[in-house]
Amino acid sequence: MLRYTFKRLLSLIVSLAIASLVIFAVIEVAPGDPASFMLGINAAEDTLAALRAELGLDQPKWQRYLAWVGGMMQGDFGTSYQYRTPVSEMIADRLWVSLPLALYALTLSTLIAFPAGIYAASRRGKAGDVSVMGATQIGVAIPNFWFAMILVLIFAINLRWFSAGGFTGWDEGVWAAMKSLTLPAIALALPQAAILARVMRSALLDVLDEDFMRTARAKGLSRAQALRRHGLRNAMIPVLTILGLQFSFLLAGGIIIEQVFYLPGLGRLIFQSISARDLIVVESVTMLLVFAVITVNFLVDLAYAAVDPRLRART
Amino acid sequence: MNRTLIIGGILSALMLVAALASFVWTPFDHSAMNIPERLQTPNGTHWFGTDHFGRDLFSMIMVGARTSIAVACVAVGIGIGLGVPLGLWAAARQGGWVDEVIMRGNDLIFAFPSLVIAILITAIFGAGAINAIIAIGIFNIPVFARVTRGGALPLWAREFILAARVAGKGAARISVEHILPNIANLLIVQATIQFSLGILAEAALSYVGLGAQPPTPSWGRMLADAQTLVSIAPHMALVPGFAIILTVLGLNLLGDGLRDALDPKLRVTRV
Repeated sequence: MLRYTFKRLLSLIVSLAIASLVIFAVIEVAPGDPASFMLGINAAEDTLAALRAELGLDQPKWQRYLAWVGGMMQGDFGTSYQYRTPVSEMIADRLWVSLPLALYALTLSTLIAFPAGIYAASRRGKAGDVSVMGATQIGVAIPNFWFAMILVLIFAINLRWFSAGGFTGWDEGVWAAMKSLTLPAIALALPQAAILARVMRSALLDVLDEDFMRTARAKGLSRAQALRRHGLRNAMIPVLTILGLQFSFLLAGGIIIEQVFYLPGLGRLIFQSISARDLIVVESVTMLLVFAVITVNFLVDLAYAAVDPRLRART
Repeated sequence: MNRTLIIGGILSALMLVAALASFVWTPFDHSAMNIPERLQTPNGTHWFGTDHFGRDLFSMIMVGARTSIAVACVAVGIGIGLGVPLGLWAAARQGGWVDEVIMRGNDLIFAFPSLVIAILITAIFGAGAINAIIAIGIFNIPVFARVTRGGALPLWAREFILAARVAGKGAARISVEHILPNIANLLIVQATIQFSLGILAEAALSYVGLGAQPPTPSWGRMLADAQTLVSIAPHMALVPGFAIILTVLGLNLLGDGLRDALDPKLRVTRV
């Protein structure tokens, strides 16, 4: 286990290093000088040069790369060109919207998908299965930002149960904050739930054919008991993989939903920073998201290896 | 022939026909503004209604299908063109460093939040259909590489491959002449699925203004136009939305149906 952990950790570090290089390179080749963007087209050449020096833009590329990576390791994500505030503070602010939103959506998606998937698997080939699977086909095909618009139309404009956008902030109380995240979370969760339900169903169907399920039935368990005690646990591996992937997707994938609902989350931060050429923010937020994805995958892998020794030998 | 395949085929064909027909005929000029007839709900003259400029939504949907198909097609082409050779190469060198590098590279691309990178690429290199295609296409490469490698690995252990080796064929030639034809059905199914994902991605990028630029009509931008008017003209949001959903649904069903039709083994286990 230790050897496996070490190997995976090494590949995690290599991945992160390459990812940071790629992100840095992409941002570097981006046209547009942040200094001239900040000062406007009429800025004098010496003012520009002074600002470039202040922002550290006059240093060689490799030095700036090392400074960026070294800073991030100490929790220093640089200073926003646009607002002159530490990027780490901006990220922390936005995480308080994006993280709860992702968790909220993940919870909803799980609450919908697990029962739906289990129900479909237990009714394999029957009308119940066919209708659940039909519904998931449609769910997968719905663009979440369109669904968001329709939710706004129905629940905010017509029924007036929710506000059409914006975020009250956590100071207004957990209830109010959660309420303003509800429509975005539903919009994010539904297409995800459709995917998760399909994975749940097919993982369960694979397990149902196993010998140990027949043994469980033979020793007198009912179908439902066998499914609950032996089937679900063994079906969890593919389901957990997808859950891990979905969490990181939801964290980053809220980007468009945040646009629809005017939520001040990470996605909107990236968006605003791109249009303001505030590249240090874009760079750091992208790296943070990649870091989250790679780390979640790493933890999921480790969790499997801890549970299932066969997986350690394979890599 | 199964039902999934037929329904999926019909929906996909409808979209293709709409796109192709738009080159020679649309009910109205898709870009002609007609302010007196603006915001009409679907009726006899304007089958899908009109938008806030009085443009005919049916014509816009037809022309918009072109954009969606073109973007998704090229993006899938990039994925196949680069991903399949990489996957074949990795499988031929299974366990070697080439395999390791290709697969780790795949994992790395998967780790990037695709939408964020797509937005980054289009924002940095300029919004437009071409950059949207590249952004979507990059993320198709690892998908096809993985599917190709996964399909090719078990084949390399089969006797007919051994026979080809004994006959003196090299790894590259075996990959093209023997492996590729045997995994073609896997690739076709995957291409259908990636195609539908490409359409969703294009719509998302156009919706935030980073996809096809005006005057090229696109379903995503029609939705963006609809957003501020959704309370007074819901049909402006519903029409492009249904176009996207039915197309993606059709392609997904087509993919599922093809998988069942092309793989006799699965047909048995599915029952």
